[in-house]
Amino acid sequence: MTDLQMTGPLVQVDGLTRRFDISKPWLNRVLEREGKQFLTANADVSFQINKGETFALVGESGSGKSTIAKMIVGLLAPSAGHIRFDGEEMDFASGADMRALRRRFQMIFQDPFASLNPRWRVRDIVAEPIVTFGLLKGPEITREVDRLLDVVGLSAADAAKFPHEFSGGQRQRIAIARALSSKPEFIVCDEPTSALDVSVQAQILNLMRDLQDEFGLTYLLISHDLSVVRHMANRIGVLYLGRLVEVADAKRLFVEPQHPYTRMLLDAVPDLALSGRRRKPVLGEIPNPIDPPSGCAFNPRCPLAQDICKAQTPMPRATPTGEAACHFAGQVGEMA
Amino acid sequence: MTGDKMKEPLLSVRDLVVEFPTRHGTLRALDQVSFDIGPGEVLGMVGESGAGKSLTGAAIIGLLEPPGRIAGGEIRLRGARIDNLSYEQMRRIRGRRIGMVFQDPLTSLNPLYTVAQQLIQTIRTHMDVSEADARKRAVALLDRVGIPAAARRIDDYPHHFSGGMRQRVVIALALAAEPELVIADEPTTALDVSVQAQIIDVLKEICAERGASVMLITHDMGVIAETADRVAVLYAGRVAEIGPVRDVIQHARHPYTAGLMGAIPTLEQTSDRLVQIPGAMPRLNSIPTGCAFNPRCAHVFDHCYRERPVLRQAAPQHEVACWLTEEGGA
Repeated sequence: MTDLQMTGPLVQVDGLTRRFDISKPWLNRVLEREGKQFLTANADVSFQINKGETFALVGESGSGKSTIAKMIVGLLAPSAGHIRFDGEEMDFASGADMRALRRRFQMIFQDPFASLNPRWRVRDIVAEPIVTFGLLKGPEITREVDRLLDVVGLSAADAAKFPHEFSGGQRQRIAIARALSSKPEFIVCDEPTSALDVSVQAQILNLMRDLQDEFGLTYLLISHDLSVVRHMANRIGVLYLGRLVEVADAKRLFVEPQHPYTRMLLDAVPDLALSGRRRKPVLGEIPNPIDPPSGCAFNPRCPLAQDICKAQTPMPRATPTGEAACHFAGQVGEMA
Repeated sequence: MTGDKMKEPLLSVRDLVVEFPTRHGTLRALDQVSFDIGPGEVLGMVGESGAGKSLTGAAIIGLLEPPGRIAGGEIRLRGARIDNLSYEQMRRIRGRRIGMVFQDPLTSLNPLYTVAQQLIQTIRTHMDVSEADARKRAVALLDRVGIPAAARRIDDYPHHFSGGMRQRVVIALALAAEPELVIADEPTTALDVSVQAQIIDVLKEICAERGASVMLITHDMGVIAETADRVAVLYAGRVAEIGPVRDVIQHARHPYTAGLMGAIPTLEQTSDRLVQIPGAMPRLNSIPTGCAFNPRCAHVFDHCYRERPVLRQAAPQHEVACWLTEEGGA
């Protein structure tokens, strides 16, 4: 099954850029003689997600993870760049084509308390995509909802309840059932477990894996938790200040990081195995995205930084494990 | 600081019971919680949401939200009871002898006052020093917690600082009056991993330097693993296991702790599936009789339904509340 599905990219993202206009109102700009101000949430992000794999995006708050997720599912329009889904350009202008594509991907949000309508019964929540896309009719809908609830580990009796009757983990299961109801091929999971306790997180992560095996799903997993990402992903993209600094095979990224930022992130993960590995605190903090440093955005925190890093934005270049956007990619091994 | 017999514990909590009277009966949120914190020791307190971690902290510092109340047990600070003090007496202990660091640095700082005003006020409330001296102390503190250009930045408002910097300010505030105990309630949960390590380091170093004990409340085992000397695992308002961090993490004796450790994905693990504890923690109005963990436990046997296990020594300094321990270990 995996051999068949691991063919070609399902999602292709090319030069994706998103700017937010954060200017003051027109009158203020005129009076205070200020120009327009933009915040670049994502700049020139390119990656592809193959069928049947889990691609993860990691990064700290403000690195633009969720903005990418929203653009891919069409909740935000990109300022520049292209997104292709199964070879077809996603054009947000054409309604009918978009609608046909739209059924094939779904999203799971971070906060299951906010993503389920509190006034709707679980049955209606889960059935909404089925009804919207006109997939089934009448009693078949109820049967399908019952089946989906069973698939995610809830019972058919839960269909008549309201979201507030469930715990956080159960709510996330409802959100997953809803995402599955349109029979999608691709699911964008935006921090699916960060609102949950670890024991519940384990249940949800295991469920997501089982569903992937069963339905051949492709995931885009967004998370700030490196250990969750390592557990789930086949390939990982590391974001820093809106740019993709490294893309690599999941297992190898953790052993041989090619970008100094990745290396620092890994060093910052608490050591639960008590192996004696001392975690090194990362220097400094993420700079203000409104006024990012020139050249490589990581240069003020980077131990390898040279003059070229301030002058020139590094382009992604091939590394043994994938690619990294660093003038000195591959030299992180020499980092003290 | 984990000598075999701790001299006199700095903080001693015995059989602490916290109840919330509600319309549907009285809920027991903490049920006979006991532990000690030695001088200079870092005690980690872990558990899932609703296990009673934060409530334990709130009960110690006397900030239980009504209608919550201490319904039994005692809390002693250096041998003197502090659970039955008047509001005024407790106010003098709070900040002076017990400092507090909360999770969200944005809500624990007053947005209308500069950092200098807040620090100086705290210092002068608890210590008899002049305004100028207090300011000097405040700058030194900010400098110590790693705020660059402290002398200049002290006159900034909280919103001028980033999340990590704000949490440093909060730590400075908590330590301003040189307390003997610092209760840190999820101090890094709102922060990014890269900043988390910095804050933990600052908290640990500065407390060690001043000989302050720390009660570190968190749901993050990783943070506990590298910071705490001992750890207490809470489940449904009860202590399931307490012992030296290394022992508890590597040789968890309570099935709940063992499950919890297996559920955490780590950078070192190799297996494809995470250990899964079935079900969820019981609600306070439906805690099972006997051991509270019995519906989820893989090793459950009839005794677990009949009687509640109490903490018993399983190894030196390592106590476990589980009937299996009596039978020879999980």
